[in-house]
Formats: sequence, structure tokens, C-alpha cells
Amino acid sequence: MSNQKDFETIERNAKRRKTIRNIIVYAFLVIWAVLVLFPFYWMVLTSIKSYSAYNSEYIPQFFTLAPTFQNYIDAFTAVPLADYFLNTIIFTAATTAIMLIVTVLAAFAFSRLQFKGRDLVFTLFLALMMIPSELVVITNYVTITNWEMRNSFMGLILPSVTSVFYIYLLKENFAQIPDELYYAAKVDGTSDFKYLTKVMIPICKPTIVTITILKVIECWNSYVWPRLITDNENYYLVSNGIQYIRENGFGRENIPAMMAAVVVISVPLIVLFLIFRNKIMEGVSRGGTKG
Amino acid sequence: MEKRNLKGWLYLLPAIVFLGFFMVYPLIDVFIYSFEEGYNSASQTFFGVGTYNYSYVLRDPYFLQALKNTFILVIITVPLSTGLALLISAGLSSIKKVRNLFQTVYFLPYVTNTLAVGLVFMILFKQTDYTEGLVNLIINFFGGSSVDFIGGPYWAKMFVLCLYTIWVVMPFKILVLTSALASVNQDYYNAARIDGTSRMRIFTKITLPMISPTLFYLIITGFIGAFKAYSDAVALFGTELNAAEMNTIVGYIYDMLYGEGGGYPSYASAAAIILFAIVLTITVINLLISRKHVHY
Repeated sequence: MSNQKDFETIERNAKRRKTIRNIIVYAFLVIWAVLVLFPFYWMVLTSIKSYSAYNSEYIPQFFTLAPTFQNYIDAFTAVPLADYFLNTIIFTAATTAIMLIVTVLAAFAFSRLQFKGRDLVFTLFLALMMIPSELVVITNYVTITNWEMRNSFMGLILPSVTSVFYIYLLKENFAQIPDELYYAAKVDGTSDFKYLTKVMIPICKPTIVTITILKVIECWNSYVWPRLITDNENYYLVSNGIQYIRENGFGRENIPAMMAAVVVISVPLIVLFLIFRNKIMEGVSRGGTKG
Repeated sequence: MEKRNLKGWLYLLPAIVFLGFFMVYPLIDVFIYSFEEGYNSASQTFFGVGTYNYSYVLRDPYFLQALKNTFILVIITVPLSTGLALLISAGLSSIKKVRNLFQTVYFLPYVTNTLAVGLVFMILFKQTDYTEGLVNLIINFFGGSSVDFIGGPYWAKMFVLCLYTIWVVMPFKILVLTSALASVNQDYYNAARIDGTSRMRIFTKITLPMISPTLFYLIITGFIGAFKAYSDAVALFGTELNAAEMNTIVGYIYDMLYGEGGGYPSYASAAAIILFAIVLTITVINLLISRKHVHY
């Protein structure tokens, strides 16, 4: 009988310990989630407070009963936020499109075509993956200045196109397509280019989508190169726009309007992320570099 | 065969042109720049060849400040963020409910604009005429006195910079570590459980060795990333980083190239090569250490 009792005590203790451990784990995870989310909450909250209400709060309020959209109107009228947006969209779309063409063609050559020197060039490409962008940005700056492409979309786009890593990623994916398909297509008289567009690209669509999204994120957040190459407001991207707004726009102290601009800039990528959550997380864990 | 060769190169041509112009040529050029003394970017002339640019950069107080800041940032953020990410991932893999929700939330900082969210951090920490700032009010609540984290003492600014850097780099580390933990073969855990192994022992003797390659990968990329810190600092302290004593090595390179003190591509090149040498050295050291401790 006492054996049975011991067993019950042990079981009860184990259960209690498990509950306590679970509570600690969940508490820890919730704390980090709050730390991650709080800046987002604060930015949305501040953006819907009116300017006068914000400045009269010595102790900031954690909610507001009188939300206003005036700040969003200010963000689009007092500074050319819409222009920054448009610039960023043009820059992102063009860079990503050119990157895709270059990457697909190169990956096709490396994975499907046979020619002298292919493996040597591929090794050289891989070696280039290790070169930090800080090392090449100096000459690129001088080159673009000499070509008189400062403050132009060409100057912004051209040096941002190349991504050796994406060529590598796509090449690996292309190489998984069985050779038999290629020979079958050849027998039918299909040209290489047609085989690429009609067979390989559809099969590898998931990888192509992944690298497209990663490139879009990269372009949308790029700051350093646009800052070097543009000093004309007409060509500012959102990152530079935000920095400019911070230093000159809205008369410095209009924090709610600033936050409205920050919200507007952050929303597109967050929406993109929520739609393509799995694709993005999978892509980043395979080849993300940030951090 | 000739035709096939030509075709292959034709498909590669766009990539080779882009990489040639914007990676290979700059790579060679940056070394040349760094040895050209007295380079004038307007007339594109220089006096001579030598190591003066390096000795100038190494004696420049702004560079030394940037070097110091970058090293402090690296030493604080890399171990802290990796350790914290390990704890969070271990926590994540031990729960089942709402795990996806947590993962989604934790990943959010990755897809947000560093400059934009940095502005929010600045507001949370900044002391203005109107308000002490939320963080200071919390400090006051616990009986501490206010500190101006954005325009105040050096350590306060460094604290915010480290905090923000960690906040920014966590998503990537959590994501990679969580998938590494998920890929550990469950048989090991089951075997250990049958033997009655304690949780702590399971963690140090099974989990850590099994994920050690990933852990070292994260440490290496973490070092490289932290050495290249720049936009986080700009987001918090603005573009005048030298004045704020918060410049980083990369910031110094860009300042030398462009901006208030700009127009010196030679100094910028020398600084870039010094940075590259530091990163390379640290990476090699990391690899040597990892060879001893990592179980592949």
C-alpha cells in the first residue's frame, strides 16, 4: 500500500515540477514577445496621438481615447513621403527584376550548359560571396560619380543588382532537375532557352519566389548605398527619407507625425511577411545574412 | 563545340559584366586607392605610393573612437544575443501551443526597416524638454534618476546601441537555432530519458554538441555582422556619429568617403582594408577554435 502512495507522490511532484517549468518557459517567451512587439505598439500609438496631446503628456499614456489621423495626413503633405515611396517602389522593382534575369541566366549556364571554364568561373563566383560590400562600395561610389549617375535611378540600381548567393541558391535548385527531362526536350527539338523558360523556371518557382522576396526586403531596407549616391531629395528612398525627416522635416519635435511616417514605411514589409511567412522564414534560414 | 562554348558564356555574360564592374574591379581598385598618397578626387591625381593612408587612419582619433566603439559593440552583443537566442529557441522547442505565433512575432524585427524602428527606440529612450521618455520614467519609478540615453554619457549611449543591435539581430538567430534544435534526432533524447538523465545533462551533453556547428556558424556570422554595424547607430544618433562619439568603423569609412568630412577615398579604402583584415583574423580564429569544439 505504501508503495502505491510513494508512486503517487512521485507522480504528483513530477507533474507539479512540469507545470512550474512550463510556467517559467511561457513567462520567458511572453516577456521576449512583449519586448519585440512593444516598439511597434508604441509607434502606432504615438502616430494616432494628436500633436498637442503628445506634447502635453509628461508621463506618456499607454493608450489614447482620442485617436486622430491628422499625423498621417501631415506625413504625406508636409514631407514628400509619397515620392519617397514611389522612388523605393521603382528602385525595388527594377533592381529585383534585373537581378532575376541575371541570376536565372547565370544559374542556367552553371547547371545545364557544358562549356570550357565553367567550373573555374563558378569557383570564382563562390569566392566573391565572401567579399564584404564595404570593401567595394568605395570604388563603386567613385565609378558612379565618374559616370555622372549620382542622383539617378541607374546609379542606385546598377551596383545593387548582383547577388552571387542567389545565383548559387538557384543553381543548386536547377541542378536537381533530372537530366532525362533535358534530353527528352532536346529530342523534341526544344531550344535551350525555351527549355529554361518552359520547364526549369516553372519547376523551380518556389526558389525563385523566395529569392525575389528576400531581394525585395533587402531593397526596401537599403540605406547605405542610396545615402552615398543621392543628395537630391527627388531620389530619396524611404530609409533616407526617414533620416531626412528626422533631421529636417516636421520641425524636429513633431514626433507623432514622424511616427506616422514610420508606420507607413513599415507596413508594406510587415504585410508581405504575414502573407509569405513560411517562404520568407525558410529562405532566410537557408541564406539570410542580416545579423 | 565552339558554338556551345559561346552559348554558355553568353548566358553568363550579364552576371560577369555586373560582377566585373561592381565587385571584381572595385576589389582590386580599393587596394590601389589605399596605397595612393594624397589622392585628389577632383583632379584624380596623387603624389606617390606608400603606406601613409594607413598610418593616417590609425592615428586619427575619430578612427580610434570608431574602433573602440565597434569592439565594445561586438564583445557585448555577440555573446549576449547568441546566448539569449539559444535560451529562447530552447524554450520554443519545449512548447507546443502557440509556438507558431511566437515564432512569427519573434521574426518581425527582421522585416522592418532598421532606420524606422530605430527612431522608435530613440523616442523611448530620449530625454526632451517635454518628457523624460518612457524608459526614464520606468527608472524613476524604481527609484533611479534619469539618464539621457541619446545625448548623454557615453555608457548610456552604448547601452542603447547594444540593446537595439541585439533586438535587430535576434530574429535571424532564433530562426536558425530553432530549426537546428528541431533537426536533432529524437532517439538520443529518448535513450537519455530511459537512462534517467537529468535535463541539464541532456542539454549540455546531447543538445549542445548536436547543434554546435549551427552555434558556431551563428557566432561567426554574428561577429562579421557586428563588426559591420552602422545603420543601427545612424538610426539612434543621426548621421553626425563622430560628434555623438558613437561612430563605427563602417561609419568612419562612409564619413571619409562622403558627407561633412568626406572626399578622401584613399583614407576610406585604407580603413576598409583594416576592417577587412580584422574581420578575417577574427573569423580565422573562430574557425580554429570551432575545429576543436564542434562535433560534425
